[in-house]
Amino acid sequence: MKPITELVKDLADRHGRERRNLLPILQGVVEQEKYLSEFSMIEIARELNIPVTEVYGTATFYSFLECKKMGKYIIRICKTITCSMKGEKQILLAIEDMLKIKVGETTQDGKFTLLETNCLGFCHKAPAMLINNEVYTELTPEKIREILTGYLNDKIIGGEHVN
Amino acid sequence: MGKKIKITVNGQPVEVEKGTSILDAANQIGVIIPTLCYHKDLCVAGNCRVCVVEVVGQKRLAPACATPCEDGMDILTNTHKVRNSRKHIIELLLSEHNADCTSCYKNGNCELQLLASEYKIMSQDFIHLVPFRNYTIDDFSPSIIKDDSKCIRCQRCVRTCAELQSVNALTMAHKGEYAMITTFFEKSMNDVICTNCGQCVNHCPTGALVEKNYIEEVWSAISDKDKYVVIQTAPAVRVGLGEELGFDPGSRSTGKMVAALKRLGFDSVMDTDFTADLTIMEEGTELLTRLKKALAENDKTVKFPMTTSCSPGWIKFIEHLYPEFLDHLSSCKSPQQMFGALVKTYYAKARKLDPAKIVSVSVMPCTAKKFEAARPEMHDSGYRDVDYVLTTRELAIMIKQAGIDFKKLDDMHFDRLMGESTGAGVIFGATGGVMEAALRTAYELVTGREVPFENLDITPVRGMEGVREAKIKIENPLKEWSFLDGVELKCAVAHGLTNVKYMMDKVRAGKADYHFIEFMACPGGCLGGGGQPIPTSPEIRQRRAEAIYAEDAGMPFRKSHENPEIIKIYKDFLGHPLSEMSHHLLHTKYTARGM
Repeated sequence: MKPITELVKDLADRHGRERRNLLPILQGVVEQEKYLSEFSMIEIARELNIPVTEVYGTATFYSFLECKKMGKYIIRICKTITCSMKGEKQILLAIEDMLKIKVGETTQDGKFTLLETNCLGFCHKAPAMLINNEVYTELTPEKIREILTGYLNDKIIGGEHVN
Repeated sequence: MGKKIKITVNGQPVEVEKGTSILDAANQIGVIIPTLCYHKDLCVAGNCRVCVVEVVGQKRLAPACATPCEDGMDILTNTHKVRNSRKHIIELLLSEHNADCTSCYKNGNCELQLLASEYKIMSQDFIHLVPFRNYTIDDFSPSIIKDDSKCIRCQRCVRTCAELQSVNALTMAHKGEYAMITTFFEKSMNDVICTNCGQCVNHCPTGALVEKNYIEEVWSAISDKDKYVVIQTAPAVRVGLGEELGFDPGSRSTGKMVAALKRLGFDSVMDTDFTADLTIMEEGTELLTRLKKALAENDKTVKFPMTTSCSPGWIKFIEHLYPEFLDHLSSCKSPQQMFGALVKTYYAKARKLDPAKIVSVSVMPCTAKKFEAARPEMHDSGYRDVDYVLTTRELAIMIKQAGIDFKKLDDMHFDRLMGESTGAGVIFGATGGVMEAALRTAYELVTGREVPFENLDITPVRGMEGVREAKIKIENPLKEWSFLDGVELKCAVAHGLTNVKYMMDKVRAGKADYHFIEFMACPGGCLGGGGQPIPTSPEIRQRRAEAIYAEDAGMPFRKSHENPEIIKIYKDFLGHPLSEMSHHLLHTKYTARGM
């Protein structure tokens, strides 16, 4: 893990220091840090010589740019209508039961954050969820227990990597 | 000149330049189209949709503010479709607006309320969403209150803060139904880079951004028989106040204002212009002292350009964004704070008053002055130097509350001791005024002659151009200033923080070889301040500036050093400019603040 100041500088070197280069830099920071802290936004603003509020406004606009501290694994469960009809509620209950957190919360050990997301484009394999960049589909409570047990031991099982 | 094109508005032909918006074209022939997010000071946003009109042949309605006219366009502004759409748009805006109008500070001066009243929105067809939202009110700042429940997200404030001021304290954050106007990480406006200039307040169409008012506190002080309440009035207030009380923009109401203040019950009504003259004496001497150190004594530590320090918005701006240049600032307090420090010392002594019982009130065209008065270092009199700061708008409210028919008042004069001023003090209210006043005095101090401008009007520093420059060559100075012989004094003026930023970037880059720069946070200087009547537009600022210069031209004294009360205060109390007493009461230090 690079210190944030250095990371931001490297990202700016790579993508450029124009206003339009803000998004890839934000994504780059999120890739390493999982979220954008106040400090990282100030560093980005300084590096690009743009107002911090502009960084904040952009970061809060996009769903996958989180502005609160996140766990190591971010679970995003699809809340859109198909998944909802195919048992999203049961999946959510299974996760909440296993990790003892509600939507929007992070586990005590900082390992998992549970979020809801809009359509992932896997309606044909509903219900679906993302853990970081892995998609898990046709979920059942049993599958959830299996997947999360793996993650608890830092083993990524199943899933389909997306970018 | 662009190409002329012909269009019709409601069947009436009109010829306009290509690129003119439908809104401007309609206004030319007296057709009024309602607007909300549109403001003459700002770029077009076109997000509120209240100004929709029908363009014959087009299926969708067009926003008049954001649609340029095209040749042969046939525009209808008053059809059934247009009226219904506007009504629905206003209803939709109201469904997300805390329309508890009777308990709103902007009641009676709210553009949304006015529209709702024009379009007679009597029913609520849409679900009122305010009760379902968890809105916050941010009132931690001593200057500005931000109430999100009244925000209609027109983004005038965001554009103001970015375009006019380059401060960017406010931004649009989140999206869709969660979209809101907020600060960095939704902090209080008191905790972010905000200069308290109040331009957002002046540009907000609703009650979402208002000044923190101290009307009740001042009424309490007035009705407390144990207290001696003194009020000072800033130069720009006298050319703005009339607008709130039935006069046209550009009306001068100095005498009526004094009469009204006396009727309100202030024990003494005096003038900030007096301390504006005093500022010139102190700041002018400071400039000459710096020049002497640099040119005659070859002192390399003296910093140039020296900059003015009367605008509290500019002070907070430099403290946040250019802290490495704080020693370029004049150490002079602003006229408001000089007045505050003197009223509880010099004035109290002369009038045999207990300073603990004096309540010092000021009326300012400014919201940043409220913050300035609350700064912890502003207690040099041994008490809080200025207890309450009212804006021009708050004073107008008090005058109305007191049942005073402003138009019928006879002119009155300021009280003595700190009420006499010169034309130089008056022009502090306009951009370039401090510079002009300083030059009138400094030039005469050095050469013994008046500034070489007809009628003392230093026109190069006047006007509304964002950045202006002037050069004055000093020839045949008096003996003690002989080192200035042949020196060309280079001055610059910038107003509106965007222009200030441009100039400060030049200073930072080492490309500004000026001796003296006047900075004003607000466009037009104080006359366009955040505490001035709403609306303020480029034309209105122009009118107020003309009034300021007319006021100056009509004054018996035009140069600060000729003010008899200034001569008296130096003789009786301060000694001489930059004396020990002056340093104690009239000068200050600045604080570097973080991002």
